[in-house]
Amino acid sequence: MENNIIINLKNVSVKLGDNQVLENLSMYIRDKEFITLLGPSGCGKTTTLRIIGGFLEPDSGEVIFGDHSVNGVPPHKRQVNTIFQRYALFPHLNVYENIAFGLRVKKLKEKEISETVKEMLALVNLNGFERRDVNSLSGGQQQRVAIARALAVKPRVLLLDEPLGALDLKLRKDMQVELKNIQQRLGITFIYVTHDQEEALSMSDTVVVMDGGIIQQIGSPQDVYNEPKNAFVADFIGESNILDGRMMHDFECSFAGAKFRCLDKGFGAGESVDVVVRPEDVDIVPVEKGMLSGTVTSVTFKGVHFEIIVDVGGFKWMIQTTDYEPVGKEIGLYIEPDAIHIMKKSKYSGLYGDYSSFSDEIDHLSDIEEEE
Amino acid sequence: MNKKASLGQRLCAAPHILWSAIFIVVPLLMVVYYAFTDASGAFSLEGIRRLSDYTTTFLRSLWFGIIATIICLVIAYPLAYVISQLKVKSQAVTIMLVMVPMWMNFLLRTYSWMTLLEDSGVINNILGKLGIGPFHMINTGGAVILGMVYNFLPYMILPIYTVMTKLDHSLIEAAQDLGANKLRVIRDVVMPSTRSGVISGITMVFVPSVSTFYISQKLGGGSFSLIGDVIEMQFQVSNNFNFGASLSFVLMILILICIAVMNRFGEKDENGGVII
Amino acid sequence: MKRRTGASSMVYLCLVLLFLYLPIFLLIVLSFNGTNSTSVMRGFSFKWYYELFHDDATIQAFYNTIVLAVTSAVTATFIGTLAAIGIDKMKKGLRKTTIMTVTDIPMMNPEIVTGVSMMLLFVFIGSILGMNGVLGFWTLFIAHVTFSLPYVILNVLPKLRQTDHNIFEAARDLGCTQISAFFKVVLPSILPGIFSGLIMAFTLSLDDFIISYFVSGPRFQTLPIRIFSMTKKRVTPDMYALSTLMFVTILVLLILVNVFQNKSDSSKKKEVGSDV
Repeated sequence: MENNIIINLKNVSVKLGDNQVLENLSMYIRDKEFITLLGPSGCGKTTTLRIIGGFLEPDSGEVIFGDHSVNGVPPHKRQVNTIFQRYALFPHLNVYENIAFGLRVKKLKEKEISETVKEMLALVNLNGFERRDVNSLSGGQQQRVAIARALAVKPRVLLLDEPLGALDLKLRKDMQVELKNIQQRLGITFIYVTHDQEEALSMSDTVVVMDGGIIQQIGSPQDVYNEPKNAFVADFIGESNILDGRMMHDFECSFAGAKFRCLDKGFGAGESVDVVVRPEDVDIVPVEKGMLSGTVTSVTFKGVHFEIIVDVGGFKWMIQTTDYEPVGKEIGLYIEPDAIHIMKKSKYSGLYGDYSSFSDEIDHLSDIEEEE
Repeated sequence: MNKKASLGQRLCAAPHILWSAIFIVVPLLMVVYYAFTDASGAFSLEGIRRLSDYTTTFLRSLWFGIIATIICLVIAYPLAYVISQLKVKSQAVTIMLVMVPMWMNFLLRTYSWMTLLEDSGVINNILGKLGIGPFHMINTGGAVILGMVYNFLPYMILPIYTVMTKLDHSLIEAAQDLGANKLRVIRDVVMPSTRSGVISGITMVFVPSVSTFYISQKLGGGSFSLIGDVIEMQFQVSNNFNFGASLSFVLMILILICIAVMNRFGEKDENGGVII
Repeated sequence: MKRRTGASSMVYLCLVLLFLYLPIFLLIVLSFNGTNSTSVMRGFSFKWYYELFHDDATIQAFYNTIVLAVTSAVTATFIGTLAAIGIDKMKKGLRKTTIMTVTDIPMMNPEIVTGVSMMLLFVFIGSILGMNGVLGFWTLFIAHVTFSLPYVILNVLPKLRQTDHNIFEAARDLGCTQISAFFKVVLPSILPGIFSGLIMAFTLSLDDFIISYFVSGPRFQTLPIRIFSMTKKRVTPDMYALSTLMFVTILVLLILVNVFQNKSDSSKKKEVGSDV
């Protein structure tokens, strides 16, 4: 991957009414990368996208495209195109005319237009759909037309605002793969907005985790998963047990009333920290061999693994394991040093408790609300 | 989100706002101004005082308006229900049929009733051949009310029909399921949910009925003059703008009060109302 | 689902329609009358149509009516559409409510009051400018635009609300300027609303008598005003011929509007219906 930077946001702030939507946001985007802005609704990810697209001017800060500022440049003069949340196909035009729209605005020759449209339809697997009414297409097909329409004008950067939000799960998975393929084949930059962490992790080269108008962490999917910067990132991405702990000195910490070896260093001796342990990184051992011990309070079968909740001295841990452990059983927990991740205290510390109130249904409900 | 209207979009409404201010608001202020001044432009309550001479006319207008509205309601309500129960395609055609007469020149339609109702008119002719009558129909209060009902009936049918089509049919079925008979279904389910349509229907018939001036002249033979006739006379015959304005002002206030009272009954509901 | 409509319901429906069409049929039949009676049919002829087309004053009035209807409807549609766009962008609040309420005044106010109030304004301005006989084409034009505006806005506003705001941005994104994005994408999707607003404004103008009556002068007569002055005397059947022609014209226009609306409705239905 080339390292040249295509878009650079410098100290961008946006305020809508009393609401600080973006606060002093700075980030850069490399050419040809698949970057995802990830966060809960209202975190400022769509606003960031709209600023890049030119639909919104920041109150302060600079947007640099290539090597010059594009502040004040209207959307139609930017080499950036957008896939909108609900596709925004033009209802009075058919598939062909929708895709040709941007080309006609550019006043290209009819022959060139028809070639490009054909090429785009092939790209999104909609051969033969030229004359179809866009209102008669299914959600997935409309999505493809929207992609073809945006790509037809050959943008250098494609902005995608929760493009798969309206599709059902199966179709969503297929489209994820397809989008990633298209991005790699065309070699253009994709800036993707989603609140679905799984989608972000599986598609992106770089993930930008946002909350409250502030970037919480930028990194590769592996980085943000394995080395979350703070409790928010740890909680938002994947499942995690987040505990209050203390750094004894380099490579040793304490939490849950026990001392552990770890791989982290550079904290002050005795510094209060947040400790993250991923559920799949906890091994179940007999009580006498465990570093911690607790009682199983619930077991859920998840297909590839069991998800069990263990009460350790009042704190409920989530553990993913392939071994079935019955409710009520006393078990020991064993944690390898590399499974422990230490984070500095932040304003998110203590917000994410244990799994005592955890249930699949609640998780599901909050998902639906976010999509609204 | 982030829908900040641009300056251009803000300016879109400007011509309309300007137009409305000059040609809607200012004229109404003119009415108030003329209503409280005399011909020389000095403040005067003369016009308002003279209104008492026309108490009978006001009362007659209100009375005729109310009767015409009630008759329209009685005819229109069951009719709207019947139409709403037709097949969708027949509904559209029937509603068209109801609307079309509205677009025939109202003066001629009214005039046509004159020829129908005359002592030697079409109806008496036909009745005569059957050996009944003749009846004296023209130049009666009844003829004036008939004219109102005829002219404004579609305004009652349309809004009621509109809310009836929006009526959730499963509500009716649920009521039947719970053991309600036809009458009870209409009283307990259909009527309460169509109130908004009835309210706007009543407003749309009552307002033009109370303020009409042509119908009463043609079908009432001049002996049942209504408030509209008096206003027309002040402006077109006596050229007494100030008194005419006083009458218009009071008419407007009267109708505003009636609408306000109606709306209280109807609780704000945006469902009905819109005619095309 | 099958809904049964009883025979009594159908009889009732037919009776009401008969009531609504009786005077109209009478007019149409008598317009082919062989004699000049406006109540008894003797022989069939096109005599009155012939007379109609040779009555210069009526032809002139017809011409005036069309000119007035076209100009006022186009103007009202233009101002109203712009206004709808502006209003659609406005935030909810006192400003928006005030504008909407003022806009609706000509729909709610008795027509006679609207007519009188505008007459007062025009005469007042005329007296300031020292013009005699200020009432004429322009005063009619202003009045007709004013009472048509709320109907245009009423037709366009819902279409704007249905339009996905994103399609405007999508067009901008694909290279359009604000203005061209509006014309290429937003305008086509609200066009049906603009069209029915235009037709409505046109027919309202064509048919209006009460307001026109107060704001017109002797130099510029419209058909309804001509009819009014004719019905003051004994009417000759050429007026019937005229109203038959107007009736047919408006019928055709209404059918056109309906076909247009049905077309846009059915494409909406397709969108919901056939999700593959």
